[in-house]
Amino acid sequence: MLYREAGDFKTSYREDGQSFPIRFDRIAVQVTLAVALLVVPFVINDYWANAVALPFLIYAIAAIGLNILVGFCGQVSLGTGGFMAVGAYATYKLMTAFPEVSIIIHVLLAGGITAGVGVLFGLPSLRIKGFYLAVATLAAQFFLVWLFNRVPWFYNHSASGQISAPERTVLGQAVTGPNAEAWVTYLFCLLFLIFAAVVARNLTRGTMGRSWMGIRDMDIAAEIIGVNPLAAKLSAFAVSSFFIGIAGALFFAVYLGAVEVGEAFGINKSFLVLFMIIIGGLGRIAGSLMGAAFLVLLPVLLKNVLVGGLGWPTDLAAHLEFMIVGGLIVTFLVAEPHGLAQLWRVGKEKLRLWPFPH
Amino acid sequence: MATKKLKAAGAALVSACLLAGPAAADLVFPDLSYRTGPYAANGIPFSDGYQDYLTLLNERDGGIGGVPIKILECETGYNTEKGVECYEATKGEGALVYQPLSTGITYQLIPKATADGIPVHTLGYGRTSAKNGEVFKWIFNYPANYWDGASHAINHILAENNGDISGKKIALVYHNSAYGKEPIRTLEELSAKHGFELVLLPVDHPGQEQKSQWLQIRRERPDNVIMWGWGVMNQVAIQEAVNIRYPMENFIGIWWSGSENDVLPAGDGANGYKALTFHNLGMEYPVYDDLKQYVVDAGKAAGAGDQLGTALYNRGMYAAMLATEAARTAQEIHGTADITPAMMRDGLEGLDMTEEKMAGLGLPNFGPTFKVTCANHGGDGLGAMAQWDATAGTWSLISDYEASDSEVLNPLIEADSLAYAEESGITPGCE
Repeated sequence: MLYREAGDFKTSYREDGQSFPIRFDRIAVQVTLAVALLVVPFVINDYWANAVALPFLIYAIAAIGLNILVGFCGQVSLGTGGFMAVGAYATYKLMTAFPEVSIIIHVLLAGGITAGVGVLFGLPSLRIKGFYLAVATLAAQFFLVWLFNRVPWFYNHSASGQISAPERTVLGQAVTGPNAEAWVTYLFCLLFLIFAAVVARNLTRGTMGRSWMGIRDMDIAAEIIGVNPLAAKLSAFAVSSFFIGIAGALFFAVYLGAVEVGEAFGINKSFLVLFMIIIGGLGRIAGSLMGAAFLVLLPVLLKNVLVGGLGWPTDLAAHLEFMIVGGLIVTFLVAEPHGLAQLWRVGKEKLRLWPFPH
Repeated sequence: MATKKLKAAGAALVSACLLAGPAAADLVFPDLSYRTGPYAANGIPFSDGYQDYLTLLNERDGGIGGVPIKILECETGYNTEKGVECYEATKGEGALVYQPLSTGITYQLIPKATADGIPVHTLGYGRTSAKNGEVFKWIFNYPANYWDGASHAINHILAENNGDISGKKIALVYHNSAYGKEPIRTLEELSAKHGFELVLLPVDHPGQEQKSQWLQIRRERPDNVIMWGWGVMNQVAIQEAVNIRYPMENFIGIWWSGSENDVLPAGDGANGYKALTFHNLGMEYPVYDDLKQYVVDAGKAAGAGDQLGTALYNRGMYAAMLATEAARTAQEIHGTADITPAMMRDGLEGLDMTEEKMAGLGLPNFGPTFKVTCANHGGDGLGAMAQWDATAGTWSLISDYEASDSEVLNPLIEADSLAYAEESGITPGCE
């Protein structure tokens, strides 16, 4: 009844081509954004920012990045953790080498550096596909982690091999370091997420996104109709790594403040982000957000319910958490193999007809 | 989007219940433990010891100075992200002191806790240069640190070789993380001083795969092997050493590689394995009678209650003992039973661990005596060597508590802490 296209007339191509053609969608997104930007910063506290909001926002950026590569271009990658590490170490080197330059520029530059590394490790994709490419990107994961552990230059020769973010400010407010306020870090990451989502959404609707999807659906056919596989695949690797690099930079500088590469950017991270986009929905920007929310918020929620609410032992709760999250993943994927985003889309189809399904 | 909002609402509800719960009058001791994952075998006994001692004080004495203790346990899984979540979840409830039992999480917490004004006590782990209290005002790492440990191990080898180890080859098998890398700088300095050759063999997390490292040890035949391991890595390393028939008496573990869980899987082969320690072992102490009476028999023991008397249980208990004594000291200094984290810091800094105090607590001769000062947050760095007897199934001390090589360590600590001070804009000094 509320959710419908009828009566929502478009009089120009511009209106017809907008991101959210249905008015209800548009309003919902605007309200969500307004709440996220104007209300949440005033109520957020340290716990909500550091335990819930920051990991969600940062993983969502990483998931958007990986979704471009895997979901839109069809190139399976297991190198996400390694690329996030590139972003983190690039920011660290830039932050310590050029302390007077704004952290925003450092984060973007770190994304750019990661894009370069991503293209380098994307080169094998021109010859190999599918599982074989996954193995090649797995090599990137292990090589990059090894590199950052092995070469002391990357961690400025510190005794422990840890990198820690010094304090940097934006408009006089500390964004990194221990004195950063919860709302500042939250807004900082949120703006990067909005930037990532808008750019990704519009890239995937344009020529570039269509050539990626052509390659994904059938590379030979795409090549015959004039898509350059070299350009399409490498641009997917570049854009994807750019976002993943930004996520890695924020993960290190804003969220954790100090990381060691093997623990923070290990193979588990690659799998986690891959699971996010599989559960959320391959080839859907909204799916990246939903997948990140599912895998970041659910464990925290379960922990709070089982330990905080019910007072169960922490080890039992931790084990149950694995079982419940694992069980839910299987259930969701059996019920809807195309992920949460597809569930949402089916729900919207139903909503359009409601309350008169015939 | 809808699922997200639903979850957020649910989490909000739950955390609201959480925050409304506890009364403000308790002394809150968070326990960031890990009872799951590859490090659980070592995390469980430590956490059990820590909690049981606090429970004992509650049951026997009604808390500290009449104020009951509240334990907030939070599972970190030895993972820094979960560690941050645990820190944020517990700090709002008046947490007095954090003991994360993880060097990685300690590095996260040092700047955060300093900014929030909550002390962190890292008992024999964490950042070594936190010994310099002029820079690390909120961080304490007494009674001994990693660089002390590295020096103890070398001193032990020196003593065995009549003071001359030039030309010897010593291998360091270490967990490839901040924790395992801590001793490298010290060992390099010591290698220059004593003329031994240092071979570095990193083992990646979690450490179940060490064939190549031990193959290298078999090939290079180092005179001694020193290990900085944790969790499942310890068991695997000791088993591999047995497999290549490495002489166990030449194999020395840091204090975190010296629990029963580490040596038992290797059976008789582990006989003679050595590990450092900074407190006594076994359960021949009066406090165990009280623990049995008030905690175990009353069914209030943490975990399964089967870890009493193990090396790490004793260490957890020791950590709790030092923390509660510091709280007592804080109560005396400030003349109030209801202390804040800032008062707790003064207590940790004013702690004077004497023999009478330990005997009074039912732990005579349990650890070395030491006195904390503002300039020295690391104690005297005394350590002893323990050896495993596989037939009896016990650890026994084979040396006295000995000092580390402060001639080498002090300049290193000075340099590292001042570098940190410069990096984070701290002016060193004692007010």
